[in-house]
Amino acid sequence: MEAFLGNLDKVIDGFSWTVRLTLLSALFSFILGVILTAMRVSPVPMMRGLATVYVEGIRNTPLTLVLLFCGLGINSALGVSLAGSVQWDVFWWAVIGLSAYTACFVSESLRSGVNTVPLGQVEAARSLGLTFTQNLRLIVLPQALRSVVGPLGSVLIALTKNTTIASVAGLGVQEASRQMKLMFDQGVAPVIPTFIGFAIGFLILTLPTGFFFSWLSKRAAVAR
Amino acid sequence: MTAQNVLFDAPGPRARARSRIFSVVTVLAGLALLALIYLGLNRSFGEGAPPLSSPQAWQVNPEGQWTAERWAPFLAAETWTGYIVPGLQNTLTAALYAAVLAILFGMVFGIGRLSQHAPIRWISGAVVEFFRGIPLLMLIFFTMALPLAVNQLLTAIGSDPLPPRTFQVDAMAAVIVGLTLYNGSVLAEVFRAGINAVPKGQAEAAESLGMRRTQVLWLIQIPQAVTSMMPAIVAQLVVLLKDSALGYIIAFPELLRGFSLIGTRYGNVIPAAIICAVIYIVINISLSRLAIWLERRNARRGRASARATAAPGMQEPPAGPEGPAPVGPAPDAPGKP
Repeated sequence: MEAFLGNLDKVIDGFSWTVRLTLLSALFSFILGVILTAMRVSPVPMMRGLATVYVEGIRNTPLTLVLLFCGLGINSALGVSLAGSVQWDVFWWAVIGLSAYTACFVSESLRSGVNTVPLGQVEAARSLGLTFTQNLRLIVLPQALRSVVGPLGSVLIALTKNTTIASVAGLGVQEASRQMKLMFDQGVAPVIPTFIGFAIGFLILTLPTGFFFSWLSKRAAVAR
Repeated sequence: MTAQNVLFDAPGPRARARSRIFSVVTVLAGLALLALIYLGLNRSFGEGAPPLSSPQAWQVNPEGQWTAERWAPFLAAETWTGYIVPGLQNTLTAALYAAVLAILFGMVFGIGRLSQHAPIRWISGAVVEFFRGIPLLMLIFFTMALPLAVNQLLTAIGSDPLPPRTFQVDAMAAVIVGLTLYNGSVLAEVFRAGINAVPKGQAEAAESLGMRRTQVLWLIQIPQAVTSMMPAIVAQLVVLLKDSALGYIIAFPELLRGFSLIGTRYGNVIPAAIICAVIYIVINISLSRLAIWLERRNARRGRASARATAAPGMQEPPAGPEGPAPVGPAPDAPGKP
């Protein structure tokens, strides 16, 4: 255990990247997910089609491939850079890849939330003369959001775990799992305590998120 | 009126006109996006590139990714026999082994969580929550490092380390172990939810007939639970197949690794990535359609489909009464990331 605690600064540095990746990707994927959901229930067939193709396409592609495309494909092969230093360049590409991928799952959750809004709500809103946008913004989405707090929590937890892939798929963000792999490869750190230490680190991130969203989903539930 | 357009009225002339305008705007935005991708991959941006107004910027750039030479390898038989087919075989083999093992793992621990003996419940619960709560990649790394761990343990207790080459973990084994532990834990929750979804009266009736707990489980509850669990199981197999691409990271020669080798050999990273994505999408969408078909079949027969939606640490969502008629388009398979 001493070897693990001796490397505590590296462990904390790794998890700080994990948290940064998670929070920024969560923000962007939520915004993109709401836009995709609005497109998928919109009256314009073209918008529905475009959003469906995007969601079905990216959702069925492995995240490793999505991140490789961002990392090796666009960043290295085409040389498109987003930031001055390599460290932040790969970080932002990882955020883009993770957001593009996670937005599909946010959109799927939100759409199933839209399905839980009772028909009468929408009909009442329409009979009051609300337009589609007003209907979505004032009536449907607020209720849909409340009913999918739990599933969105699951998506956030999956995202937290998925950030580990950003370290390897041609990007090399120095997040927690990469730090663990480096410690294994150097052969100095004892494997089992190191693994348990990092596993506890991830459980500290994921379990409270789960408890919090579980509590929040009960609090936010629409009483019907 | 279909459920599709409950959010908006049947369009009148003005709404139809507006819808046409939005359609055109969407198509233009889509075309602009495609053009951006085309030009980006064509290397039409950057210093020294011709201005976008000139036709040169739109012609296929020999430096870009759209040249015929970069796509030609995919027409050659040896690309398929040398990289893609073996890769696909490895992917499917690993996924198949992992699927069978994960279902077994899920059954053992799912039933364990329903045990009447508290210690078995606790241990099963801890195992399931642990493997669901940590990243799959860490499990794969740990499995790869197992020989090192064993040697460290042996040294710690004062005995000699294993002679070299007696205990090795190859990449496929690591992928299968990782996929089994993670997906098995998710499936354990599916099994638990499925068995819990069987009406309580069934188990009570069986018990009143004098059946033992094991008999109730195997003869009454599980046979009825299987159909309701099938959609969730198939949806999880899609996740499993997608996650097998993590083998790329530990140099397991699966589909993605095959395409990455093609990309390095012919310098066509982007075409390789696009064709690789298409293959994954075709396989996964077919599997997802199977899950949807199973779910619809259950719905037709008046049975609910079990889902494991709760993330680690979360409680099962309350199984409320069937909700009101859906508003938006029908949901697809219960796919989880």
